[in-house]
Amino acid sequence: MSWEQVRRTVAGRALGVGVAVGTYGISFGALATTSGLSVAQTCTLSVLTFTGGSQFALVGVLGGGGSAVAGTLTALLLGARNSLYSLRLAPTLHVTGARRLFAAHLVIDESTAMAISQDDERAARLAFWATGLSVFVCWNIATLVGALGATALGDPKKFGLDAAVGAAFLALLWPRLRDRSSWAVALAAAAVALALSPLLSPGIPVLVAGVVAVAVALRLPTTSLSPGGPS
Amino acid sequence: MIWVGVLATSLGCYLLKFAGLAIPQRYLAAPRIQTVVGVIPIALLAALTAVQVFGQGQGLTIDARAAGLVFAIAALLLRAPFIVVVVGAAAVAALLRAVGAS
Repeated sequence: MSWEQVRRTVAGRALGVGVAVGTYGISFGALATTSGLSVAQTCTLSVLTFTGGSQFALVGVLGGGGSAVAGTLTALLLGARNSLYSLRLAPTLHVTGARRLFAAHLVIDESTAMAISQDDERAARLAFWATGLSVFVCWNIATLVGALGATALGDPKKFGLDAAVGAAFLALLWPRLRDRSSWAVALAAAAVALALSPLLSPGIPVLVAGVVAVAVALRLPTTSLSPGGPS
Repeated sequence: MIWVGVLATSLGCYLLKFAGLAIPQRYLAAPRIQTVVGVIPIALLAALTAVQVFGQGQGLTIDARAAGLVFAIAALLLRAPFIVVVVGAAAVAALLRAVGAS
């Protein structure tokens, strides 16, 4: 393929990924406002946090009556995977100064997946920037639309939006359930969180489940769980 | 308090992203770190799913949200897109509530 063809293919896919992620941004906007965040808080999260899993986690914990501290800790644990993505991308992007500050913000599941699936470095860099920017724009527009839409709808329970939160988490989890050990981790974590729910304040059981999983993973032989790639 | 969570999450998540670009490769490249970081999202997302569906304040309950979860599992098994999974689960729960089943 000529560079021109590569460029066109990558740009087209980046746009496609952005639009697909947009549908998920609408869900985020709607669920965040029905969880008690204002439209401004919801949109600030999408602009400044810009990593969907962590945003959903914060909103889920707050919506369930958890504290801001529990919500933030859960969101940060979930965001830790982005450190591995940027570590993986660093030699390809080789960015410095202001460009590095900006590139860091765009390190998410989608931009990483697109970048590492390219054959050469030039295409990988293009894929990273194009996907990151496309998702950033679509994600933020969609968040605003979802937030305003849900605010206009009124009673969230009447529309089953509380059920949608659980479905959204499951849909985020699903691609990561690739083998028996990941299923075991997921089921054990769910059981721990449910068992602790009546005993601890909202938000804490989820954090404990995460910490237990880390403790178990530290004891396992390193080969028994594949590192989570972007999905 | 919500603003504190929003801003702390934003700052923390940015620093996590920046860390991988800024610190020497060897610090995060250890296989054990990779394993742990791979396990965290699975555990947290599973725990969040369970608590969102069955949690009720500080207790547990089974209501229309469980039916939404069953729909979500079926939709994911059929490889439905994200929006179908989420909207469908909401619709199932809303429908059950509308007919007074839950």
